Amino acid sequence: MGIADILSVWAVPVFVAAVLAVGLIKRVPVFDEFTAGAGDGIRTCVKVLPSLVALMTAVSMLQASGLLEQITSLIAPAADRLGLPAPVLPMALMRPVSGSGSLAVLENILRQYGTDSLAGRVACVMQSSTETTFYTIAVYFGAVGIKRTRHTLATSVSADLAGVILSALAVRLLMG
Amino acid sequence: MLNWLWAGMMLVSIAAGAINGRLPEVTGALLQGGGAAITLSLTLGGAMCLWGGIMRVAEKGGLTEAVSRVLAPVMRLLFPGLDPTGPACRAMLMNMAANFLGLGNAATPLGLKAMEELQKSNPDPTTASNHMVTFVVLNTASIQLIPTTVATLRLKYGAAAPLDILPAVWMTSFSAAAVGILLSRVYGGLFRRKAGEGKRLSAAGGRARRRTV
Repeated sequence: MGIADILSVWAVPVFVAAVLAVGLIKRVPVFDEFTAGAGDGIRTCVKVLPSLVALMTAVSMLQASGLLEQITSLIAPAADRLGLPAPVLPMALMRPVSGSGSLAVLENILRQYGTDSLAGRVACVMQSSTETTFYTIAVYFGAVGIKRTRHTLATSVSADLAGVILSALAVRLLMG
Repeated sequence: MLNWLWAGMMLVSIAAGAINGRLPEVTGALLQGGGAAITLSLTLGGAMCLWGGIMRVAEKGGLTEAVSRVLAPVMRLLFPGLDPTGPACRAMLMNMAANFLGLGNAATPLGLKAMEELQKSNPDPTTASNHMVTFVVLNTASIQLIPTTVATLRLKYGAAAPLDILPAVWMTSFSAAAVGILLSRVYGGLFRRKAGEGKRLSAAGGRARRRTV
């Protein structure tokens, strides 16, 4: 945990201190600039809120409907051929739509199969190297009022799929 | 695209809930989703203000420009045609740095700032530009040095070496990001004509429409 500890303890304070110190040296009115930037921040936050409400409602409905479990059992045989252990499938499906949802599935896998099982390792790699794609797309484009996202969704979902398959491959390759 | 995706998710959920006999749960989720979003944006709001402010001080102090000068070759490769030391690239670099260091709360506000900068040079403000797509895809690929949340979970559930997954994580996220960038170029070519039509339409009708509104 050495590097992770150092990074999580030092990254933010060192960065903030550096920014403030450089600002003072360059004679930037740091307080005024900070409050101006913070004002922009809250405006962005308000702008994003409607898309956030829309997306989070749809995602929690999807989770409540039980559909993900059905899809999981449907694609399990195909996933097995790609080298994906069955327990990680619900996570692969959950990951693009809900960060907290996939984290809950990950905890379940770790508790049931152990951290150093194949399923446990693949699930950890998957969680670390993918993102909540739909949330990112909705929030980022919602913030600037983009209506036609063109090839964003197709590209992100393809990259997600690549991430899912590669995480199983990487674990087998690098951790034997 | 988002219209169909969003409505589709809700409709499919209602249908699946009805078939699975979980309609009450689905209705509950429907009614509570808005509240959850407000709670999240309140939590996010503080971080947005903080990082928006810090970012502005860094910008005025010339810090972000110095970083962007060092990483200009990378940005030129990822975003051809965009000024690698301009405000859009500076904001994107800050967002990527926050992602890389695992500071998710900082990454989102910085990323939204970058989107606003990219929007300024977007010829059609309702259609995503190629740079926006590449940037969002990079964000969905999640390249990070140390996945702190997962490492904490692994420690909690008794892993002897919680960070032994790091090489596999790096390999996966870098290759997935490479796939994403490559595909965004390929698909970008496929989607170009449609976008071009939209551009022409808005150029011709934009002024007239704005006048009537």
